[in-house]
Amino acid sequence: MAMRKKWHRFIGAWTSAGIFRDLGLAMSLSPRVVRKIIKPTVFILMLLPLAWVFYGWWLYIMGDLSLVTANPIEYTNRHLGDWAMRFLLVTLAVRPLSRIKSLVWLMQLRRMVGLFCFFYAFLHVSSYVVLDQFFDWPEILDDILKRQFITVGMITLTLLTPLAMTSTKAMIKRLGSLRWQKLHSLIYLASVLVIFHYWMMVKGNQLEPKIYAFIVAALLLSRLPQRVKKRSKLAQEKAGLQ
Amino acid sequence: MLIKKPHAWQMAENEVTSEAHYKNRRQFLRAMGIAATGSVAVTGFPGMALGLTAKAKAVRDLDYKTTEYDPGEDQTSFQAVTSYNNFYEFGTAKSDPADYAHEMTTDPWSITVEGHCGNGGQFALEDVIDFSSLEERIYRHRCVEAWSMVIPWLGVPLASVLQKFGPTAEAKYVQFETYANRDEMWGLSRPVLNWPYVEGLRMDEAMHPLAFMSVGLYGKELLNQNGAPLRLVVPWKYGFKGIKSIIAIRFVSDMPRTSWNESNAREYGFYSNVNPSVQHPRWSQSTERRIGEFFRRDTLMFNGYEEEVASLYRGMDLSRYF
Ligand code: HEM
Repeated sequence: MAMRKKWHRFIGAWTSAGIFRDLGLAMSLSPRVVRKIIKPTVFILMLLPLAWVFYGWWLYIMGDLSLVTANPIEYTNRHLGDWAMRFLLVTLAVRPLSRIKSLVWLMQLRRMVGLFCFFYAFLHVSSYVVLDQFFDWPEILDDILKRQFITVGMITLTLLTPLAMTSTKAMIKRLGSLRWQKLHSLIYLASVLVIFHYWMMVKGNQLEPKIYAFIVAALLLSRLPQRVKKRSKLAQEKAGLQ
Repeated sequence: MLIKKPHAWQMAENEVTSEAHYKNRRQFLRAMGIAATGSVAVTGFPGMALGLTAKAKAVRDLDYKTTEYDPGEDQTSFQAVTSYNNFYEFGTAKSDPADYAHEMTTDPWSITVEGHCGNGGQFALEDVIDFSSLEERIYRHRCVEAWSMVIPWLGVPLASVLQKFGPTAEAKYVQFETYANRDEMWGLSRPVLNWPYVEGLRMDEAMHPLAFMSVGLYGKELLNQNGAPLRLVVPWKYGFKGIKSIIAIRFVSDMPRTSWNESNAREYGFYSNVNPSVQHPRWSQSTERRIGEFFRRDTLMFNGYEEEVASLYRGMDLSRYF
């Protein structure tokens, strides 16, 4: 118990000293408010990166290269990959944040954020297949086999696909929540792989992949105390039974 | 390692774009027939178009001879050539150089020449480049990242520059170094590469008639993002060999270190000749995207300059010496 309290305090400090808690309490978010107001708002917000690309292409067609650069295909591909990765990290952040009492409602958004991650990952890969390679399948196969960062990207997408497909309530029921949870812990592996994908793709010694790697490490480590506790509880129960 | 003395002009204040410069630039854009797009940008999303309109320095027209070096392909627009650049000293995004390179002081400029040569020393830009004998060269430009452009450069043959300094028989290679001033190039505070940027050529490559020292493009002086005031253009090699904003030339007897090779020798060789059959570990080099086109096109051996330069590499295993 003491451990848990301490842990909470740590996250509390981490999320700017309880601002979230106060905000959450002040707003006293009922599930209804979350469903009717927060969720649609977040939905729209998460579409903005996509709208940005369309806007950029429109400017490009009008002769203004300032947003998507002179190479809009490269820009689009990277922008979509960036956002897939960012939403993956946001998905991962929901659980630890929701352990703060006033942020419990965040859990109501998790599935949507996760699906947006997949949506952007899918668009990212589609932009590679359609815009970059224009369905040159031999070349794509060659890339997947020979370019390690693309191999890793492919594995990441393969891990994310069953998660997106089993995201519905019906699927949770069908799988049973334990098996569902097991399956969905694939996201941890996916988050590590996407960092590798990014890190390996970047030229020279750049800062950004390191920042993302740090965030992923923090998010994964933040789960450790809970895990350890769950383990020891299970072990105790087992011992008690014998 | 060269120990750099502070140059007098490094103390100069950062250039602030004056109203006059701004107007000049607008006139220039209009002359280039792209002012319309500039104004679309301004009304379309305030602030975003600044990179192209307000931040660039005023550039002079240059007199030059027209060229017989012309691949006869569509030239990449001035706007694309000056807004889509790799110049990591100003940041790693393609748009960074256009946004930040104006902070670099290019006038006055001096070039240090040293090593195995008869007339080394410190030279002003005008002593290195004979501005009365500029010529145009329309070259393909192929980046190692598998995109390409066609650019009408202005400048002089590299050989004509190097000969001035009287390289001796011991000069087997020539190394070039890029200006590096943290106050004017924020990217230098990031350890992306081992700064300052250095590049090099074998002496016979450097003396090849296609190798070019450029001081301008599209009839004007170079903008800073393109490597003002002088940069190398080696059209049969990947773009990163074309070192920008050169402040030092060194004649050496051993193969000099080069920045990308030092950063990752498996991926970037000293030669880095455009070669569709030698694959980069992270990109296929067999095709490329010409900026402004949708479909990829095949990459040509030596970027289409095989006839001219293949003899330089006779007997070499190009998959080993990539
Ligand atoms: C079959 C699967 C995939 C393929 C073929 C693929 C391909 C690529 C390519 C070609 C690039 C950039 C190349 C360049 O511009 O040089 C890239 C970058 C990237 N990809 Fe992927 N990718 C895949 C899966 C994923 C997934 C699932 C994610 C995220 C969840 C992702 C996130 C990223 C990120 C963050 C970047 C870096 C973008 C930047 O430079 O800012 N990719 N990927």
